[in-house]
Formats: sequence, C-alpha cells, structure tokens
Amino acid sequence: MAEAFKFELVSPERLLVSEQVDSVVIPGAEGEMTVLAQHAPVMTMIKPGVVTVKTAAGKEERYVVFGGFADILPSGCTLLAESAVAVGDIDRADLARRIQEAREDAADAKDDEGRAKAEQFLSQLTTLEGALLPA
Amino acid sequence: MASLKDLRNRIASVKATQKITKAMQMVAAAKLRRAQEAAEAARPYSERMGAVLANITQAIGGGGDAPALMTGTGRDDVHLLIVCTAERGLCGGFNSQIARLARDHIRKLLADGKQVKIICVGKKGFDILRRDYGSLILERVDLREVKTLGFANADAIARKVINLFNQNGFDVCTLFYSQFKSVISQIPTAQQVIPAAQAPAAAETSNGATAVYEYEPEPGEILSDLIPRNIAVQIFRALLENAAGEMGAKMSAMDNATRNAGDMINRLSITYNRQRQAQITKELIEIISGAEAL
Repeated sequence: MAEAFKFELVSPERLLVSEQVDSVVIPGAEGEMTVLAQHAPVMTMIKPGVVTVKTAAGKEERYVVFGGFADILPSGCTLLAESAVAVGDIDRADLARRIQEAREDAADAKDDEGRAKAEQFLSQLTTLEGALLPA
Repeated sequence: MASLKDLRNRIASVKATQKITKAMQMVAAAKLRRAQEAAEAARPYSERMGAVLANITQAIGGGGDAPALMTGTGRDDVHLLIVCTAERGLCGGFNSQIARLARDHIRKLLADGKQVKIICVGKKGFDILRRDYGSLILERVDLREVKTLGFANADAIARKVINLFNQNGFDVCTLFYSQFKSVISQIPTAQQVIPAAQAPAAAETSNGATAVYEYEPEPGEILSDLIPRNIAVQIFRALLENAAGEMGAKMSAMDNATRNAGDMINRLSITYNRQRQAQITKELIEIISGAEAL
C-alpha cells in the first residue's frame, strides 16, 4: 500500500478534486509523469491530456484537462487546469470544436514560431481525441 | 382634484408596479445566491495561482528574463482602462459608482497629459462613458447573451488585452469593477493588471518555507505562460464579483422600490377614503337640505 498524499484539481470555475490519493499521472509538458507521495518539488506545465487519479480508497478516476500547471510538493500536488472534466462527462462536440479552433489558429499563425506552437497544440489535441475515442 | 376613479386607477397601477419590483427582488435574490456560489468556487484557483506566481517570481528573482507583461514597458504614457459594469440597469447606484470612479481616473490621467483608451465590458458603463469619452472607447464587450459566466468569457477579454499590449497599444492596464462586500455594500475598485502589481514578498506558500523547485520547462517559459493566464483569472474574478454585486445591488434597490410602492399605496388609499367620505357627506347634506326645504 503506497503512502497517500493530498491531491487537488482546480479549474477556474470550481474545485474538482480535493482528496487523499495514492498516485496521480500527469500529462506534463515534457512527458507524462506519475506523482507519488514524497515527490521532489516540481513545477510543470501540462499539455492537453488525461489525468489519472488513484485514490487512497483504491478507486481510479480519470479527468481530461486542457493545459495548465502542476505544483508538486512532497506534501501534496495541486493541478491548476485551464479547464477540466471527468472523462465520463467529456463532450465530443466540444472537443471537436477545440480541434477546429486549433486548426484555424495553426492556419492563421503569422510567424513560424506561432505556427509551430499552434501545430503542437493541435497534435496534442488530436492525440487526446484518439486516446478517448475507444473509451 | 383627482376624481375617485382616477385615484382607484392610480392605486391599481402602483400595486402592479409593486408586484413587479417584488418579483424582481426575489429573482435577484435567487441569482445572487448562484453568483455568490460561483465567486466562491473560483476562489481556490485564483488563490493557488497567486501562490504559484509568487513562488516563481521568487525563483526568477526579478531577473532580466521576466516577461514584459509583468515588468511593463517602462513607460506610462498610454493607459488602458477595462471598465466592467452590469448589462442591465435597475440596480441602484451600482453602475454609476463604477463609472464615476473610472471617470475620475480618466480625468486625472488626461489632466496629466496621458493618453487613455477604454474597453467597456457591459452595456451600462458604455452608455455612461460614451457621453463624455466616446472617442476614447476602443471596444465594447457584450455579455448580455451569456447565461452563466464562464472562464472562456474572461479569457477572450484577456486575449484581446494581451494582443493589444503586444502591439504596443498601451503601457498600463487598470481594471475597474465592484468588489462584493455584502448585499448592501459593493465597493468600486481600480486594480492595476499590467504591469502586474508586485506581489508582496512575504507571500509564502502555505507549506511554510518556500521549497526549491525543479522547473519543467524553464521558469521563464512557465512564467510567460502563467502571466497571461493570471490576467484572465483576474478579469474572471472581477466579472464574478461584479455579477454578485449587481445582484446584491438589484436586490436592495428592488426592496426599496417595493417599500416605496407600499408607502405610496397607503398614502393614496387614505386620500381615496377621505375623498369618498367627503362625497358621501356632501350627498347626505344635499338630501337633508333638500328635505328641509320642503
């Protein structure tokens, strides 16, 4: 049995999760990472993806997040998501709309840097869609 | 002198008005509760955001790689004011208070020879400011169609502001809104957003001593992503506070209106009864004097 720690998932609109968990998988900007208790302090950006939470009670919950930050301390982990929804509640149409927007952003990007950024974001979104569709 | 029929009509119309104001008060009370809940739900995010921001700023230590959004352009010639008001009236002095604060600010800036640009969020502020400073208003954000205020609304405004900043459209950005203290008291507030007002250095995280973080990617890069988001969060908070304040102001305004209507009905009823009595007396006198004349 792993040691439990406090995990909070917050979006601007509300506090989604605040409970004791065993582990959390975060889609970090530079790769996925699993956070356990006593993790070294890390602050990372997160990319669109799925956060998997294993609660201390042994349940597994999954949330879709669209970008944000994770603030990890040995005593706990706070995830500030730009927007977050439980995987069960994800709205396909909304996801499709975001992809469409990202595609348009990539198309109207003025410079190379902007286009690269937009395209990266777009590919993250499409990967996310691919990961969710069979669910 | 108004006839009895006129008085009856007036009483009926005031009663109808009272019913409307009463209903509006109840609607505002229900909406106020929702708006307050929304404002409270948004609080954890902005608090954490503040903590993270303070942490990162400390890590960078005011070094040269802090983004311009935070340090500003180094000038303060062009000011951008974001004036957030309600979309609807009938809420007492709520909108005019915010507009007055903004107007005083504008007057002072113009007297100092600064250039002023305005973005109006909400129809009422636009209506008030248009009269004096119509030429300064860049844009008006309309939220009338918005049923529940989402982060996306605030984000859209923030994006506009940041775009403008990147095009060197302004040097200093100030946000005007009404802070929600209680149902009867909303305090119009001016808050500087760009350059970010320096967070108090003593803003330690709740974990006591600030931990030495590892950053992924570089702190500068995180910060350049975090600051725009923080601006959106501040605007979002302002909008939510405004929504709660508007409903609070509307509730007390409508409460007053209902009470005034009640007073008016009482006064009119007394006049009506007196006049009716006078008429009866007059008719009796006519009958009696008619009988005596026989």
